Amino acid sequence: MEFFWEYFFGGLTRGSIYALIALGYTMVYGIIELINFAHGEIYMIGAFTGLIVAGVLGVLGFPGLAILAIALVAAVIWAGAYGYTVEKIAYRPLRNAPRLSPLISAIGMSIFLQNYVLLAQTSDFLPFPRLIPNFGFMEPYSMVMGSSDFVIVAVSALVMVGLTLFIKYTRLGKAMRATAQNRKMAQLVGVNVDRVISATFIIGSTLAAIGGVLIASHIGQINFFIGFIAGIKAFSAAVLGGIGSIPGAVLGGLILGWTESFATGYISSDYEDVFAFALLVIILIFRPSGLLGKPPTQKV
Amino acid sequence: MKRVFSMLILACVGLIALAGCGNEPTKEEAKTEAAPEAAPAGGSIVLGVAGAHSGDLASYGLPSVNAAKLVAKMYNDKGGVLGRQVVIQAEDEQCKPELATNVATKLVSDKVTIVMGHICSGATKAAMPIYRDAKLICMSPSATNPPLTQSGDYPNFFRTIASDDAQAKMGVDYAIQTLGAKKIAVLHDKGDYGKGYAEFAKSFIEQGGQAQVVLFEGVTPGAVDYSAVVNKVRQSGADAVIFGGYHPEASKIVSQMRKKQMKTPFLSDDGVKDDTFIKVAGADAEGVYASGPRDISSNPIYQQAIEQHKAAFGSEPGAFFPEAYSASLALLNAIEKAGSTEYDAVIKALRSEYVETPVGKISFDEKGDAIGVGFSMYQVQDGKFVELK
Repeated sequence: MEFFWEYFFGGLTRGSIYALIALGYTMVYGIIELINFAHGEIYMIGAFTGLIVAGVLGVLGFPGLAILAIALVAAVIWAGAYGYTVEKIAYRPLRNAPRLSPLISAIGMSIFLQNYVLLAQTSDFLPFPRLIPNFGFMEPYSMVMGSSDFVIVAVSALVMVGLTLFIKYTRLGKAMRATAQNRKMAQLVGVNVDRVISATFIIGSTLAAIGGVLIASHIGQINFFIGFIAGIKAFSAAVLGGIGSIPGAVLGGLILGWTESFATGYISSDYEDVFAFALLVIILIFRPSGLLGKPPTQKV
Repeated sequence: MKRVFSMLILACVGLIALAGCGNEPTKEEAKTEAAPEAAPAGGSIVLGVAGAHSGDLASYGLPSVNAAKLVAKMYNDKGGVLGRQVVIQAEDEQCKPELATNVATKLVSDKVTIVMGHICSGATKAAMPIYRDAKLICMSPSATNPPLTQSGDYPNFFRTIASDDAQAKMGVDYAIQTLGAKKIAVLHDKGDYGKGYAEFAKSFIEQGGQAQVVLFEGVTPGAVDYSAVVNKVRQSGADAVIFGGYHPEASKIVSQMRKKQMKTPFLSDDGVKDDTFIKVAGADAEGVYASGPRDISSNPIYQQAIEQHKAAFGSEPGAFFPEAYSASLALLNAIEKAGSTEYDAVIKALRSEYVETPVGKISFDEKGDAIGVGFSMYQVQDGKFVELK
């Protein structure tokens, strides 16, 4: 039983990160029905921004928590700017093109960003400073959950609650929901659709950047390729929960995290991905639109 | 908007052009290097050099051509081997087995005296039966696949590099004998190299009977965290972890183990014995064991070979250069000692005569592995890999 809780909390940490990244996929899909394959790279760029800022601040002798806060803010701003630019360059000109074109453009953007960071930085793995301070729990609990696991889960939960409230109660949130429901109608009643889409990309990118900095600090290393695998997993989580649905992305992320953690713990890590994706297939057989997804309705 | 686009396109073109420039010289070089130096002359000793001299693995093969040239020049300056000049015949097979058989056939029909190569294990395996049937001796500087020597299929095969299983044996022996481990967890990265190492380690532990394998598992490279695997290691009660794979995964596993306050010794292979590992794992790297090729940098012949390379080619030698230099030396030395180029005499000389080479003073055992080369165990101490004697 002791190990059950360790796998449970290990899966919770992993799942929170998937969920944080999955939110970006699901929001963008909800609004313009496009899978933003460059989202994983935005996560990676967020992590790199955090690394550079933390490195500079560390040299200047800032205290640990201040570094974490400033690195997070910098990563959020920088990744937000990238999200905005990517949308503007790669997707906006293709707004009315056939659906395959923006998809290809997204994949191209993903490859471009990977290679851009590869050339600008290095292909080597880089050490990432432990930004999250170690405030160790009491003896038996410290084994189950470290301080960085706790921070990751707590920040993810806060961000998700904040996002839900934002979408429910703010003007922009309402505009986003209206655009998601019917872009043309929203435009007719005076919503600036382009601005709403840009805002969605920026918000999604900031969430990914937070995830990037936290996970890099948790595992202590990054390179230009980390966005690919995290992106694929988060995308699967979004599909699992029902793409387009925000609670679905969270649920999908957690389920994926737990599946991987328990499969590794009780069966074998050889089959970690096999179980994760087998689960995805099984769920999609019975619920083609994901756990919390709504089947597409015919618009009249 | 238009201007932004045109600038972007310009930037992309610039990048591509730059990348192109970077690659071009090596390709050119590869082509010229791959061309046969000279046709086998009547009275000369022809040293065939086979390996990847172009393609994506050329960086492993080209240093062996340079090594052979340097050694040949050294002998020729002294008046040749048995009074005959040494000529190099380089043949390119890009590490592809299907090309390797062609190259082997060509070398055999061109009646070369002896062959240094091939570079990759797969290509070597493909070419060896042809050399065996033609009674041509072949020495590889880099093919580490164990069955090449251990199967006994190729009495004409020798190598100046230790085989993959030697490392695993060393890791297992160290864990059991020096660290006194009784329960060992064996992890790997599911890759050819890492899994191969781990499987050898597992079988050595089981054969030895002094310890048991309590966990044998592959981790997924690039996964966001390894806490579940680390928990499993803890659950298994292992008192040592042996990992087969490369440093990115190793540093993640070690960091997560130390985070969970596990002090279990961590042993690994030469994929981990890399300074990047220490850089990335930081303080968690302290005390980690990794095996790697024995430190030969203080060997005067090694230093001399590097100097020769710098003088002749104006650059640092690449991968497997010392091994290739040693192989060329060992082959020519054996011909000289045997007093002829006759198959049995040369093989006898290879097995009985020691020769001073960059990788140490070596001879060859019955199976063809070099005696005197091998791996050392290293440990991270104060942020450096220190060779354990």
